[in-house]
Amino acid sequence: MAESTRLLTDLFGILGPRRVPDASPADSSVTNVVEASYPTKALQKFLAGLQASDGPLLLDLGPVVGGNVTFFAEQLGCRLRVEDIAKDIDGHVKDGIVDQLPEFFSNRFPQDPGTVDGILCWDVLDYLDRPAAQALATSLSSLLRPDGCLLGFFSTADSREAVYTKYVIVDDSTLKYRTYPAVRARQRSLLNGDIIRLFKDLRVTDSFLMKSKVRETLFRKPAPRR
Amino acid sequence: MWKRDDSVKPAAPAAPTPAAAPAGEQRAQLGRDMVSIGKSVVIKGELSGSEDLTIEGHVEGRIDLKDNVLTIGPNGKIKAEVFAKSVIVLGEVTGNLTASEKVDIRDNGSVDGDIGSPRVAIAEGAHFRGSVDMQRGSKPQPKPNPPQQGQPQQPHQQQQPQGQKVGA
Repeated sequence: MAESTRLLTDLFGILGPRRVPDASPADSSVTNVVEASYPTKALQKFLAGLQASDGPLLLDLGPVVGGNVTFFAEQLGCRLRVEDIAKDIDGHVKDGIVDQLPEFFSNRFPQDPGTVDGILCWDVLDYLDRPAAQALATSLSSLLRPDGCLLGFFSTADSREAVYTKYVIVDDSTLKYRTYPAVRARQRSLLNGDIIRLFKDLRVTDSFLMKSKVRETLFRKPAPRR
Repeated sequence: MWKRDDSVKPAAPAAPTPAAAPAGEQRAQLGRDMVSIGKSVVIKGELSGSEDLTIEGHVEGRIDLKDNVLTIGPNGKIKAEVFAKSVIVLGEVTGNLTASEKVDIRDNGSVDGDIGSPRVAIAEGAHFRGSVDMQRGSKPQPKPNPPQQGQPQQPHQQQQPQGQKVGA
């Protein structure tokens, strides 16, 4: 049953966001909601993927959320690095240099390649043009160590509302979506094929289409073949 | 006459009420152990001491208050490596913060640097860019309690992912 549900979910994803069945009325206006809680399925798997390392290094690309810092660093013993990509995007938009984002992302991260155990990408790729998204995805793929995992969220709803979303961890199966103003709206909804192409060096291990109209995708970097 | 004299006597000998006692102690504590660097003060170099310190001015260099609390006030601007027992940030900090007890970034506080402390609190509306390492404290820390009901599990308590490959 779960298998067939997953296949259907993926099929909807392949056919595009407009084919996504309507969610319940409470979910349909997600971009207008300032704060709401939604279930998450990929987070638990992401956490399980971190267990292989002792004191894993985690990269959080969202804005800092105090509760998440406590959760990852204090409760789980992760070393957490916060790199707010939304701020980078806003800065480039305000300065009128959005076209420089691909180059910027190519040299954005100070970490050595293959040193990061997990990346919380959240939904930042939705806010980027294709070249910038590709540059960021390539950089992130390079940072991950073999067997490291990356959690990405991709909206399947077309929205021109200029808001970012903070994902506040309530527990390992619940996230609070908290919107806040952005300089730029989401650029496009990425299809399954687009997502896979962006992270061509990683393997998709799980993909869930949630009622919040967010696709949660978990990637893992394959270990080198011996 | 006698009544009037009695009425102007300080109330100190009387036992303080439970509510007044902490405030009184706090005032005494403030007067004795707290130092403040004002808005107009600029310090470049190394700052060390054994008193709690509040900074409202500018400090560049290194701040060493290993057994005391450092508060960076709303007007404070710090470009320094900071070592303290606890650090409370209401202003701006550029540099690494190491605290043996706690780092607390309050609303509108800003930190651009790495934090090493067993406890970190970051308020909504605070800015932070850098890394957090709660294992890197100067005092050994007890193991964290197991999560309470309704709180997330630790990774080692979870099962391996059973996910399936999707797409290509």
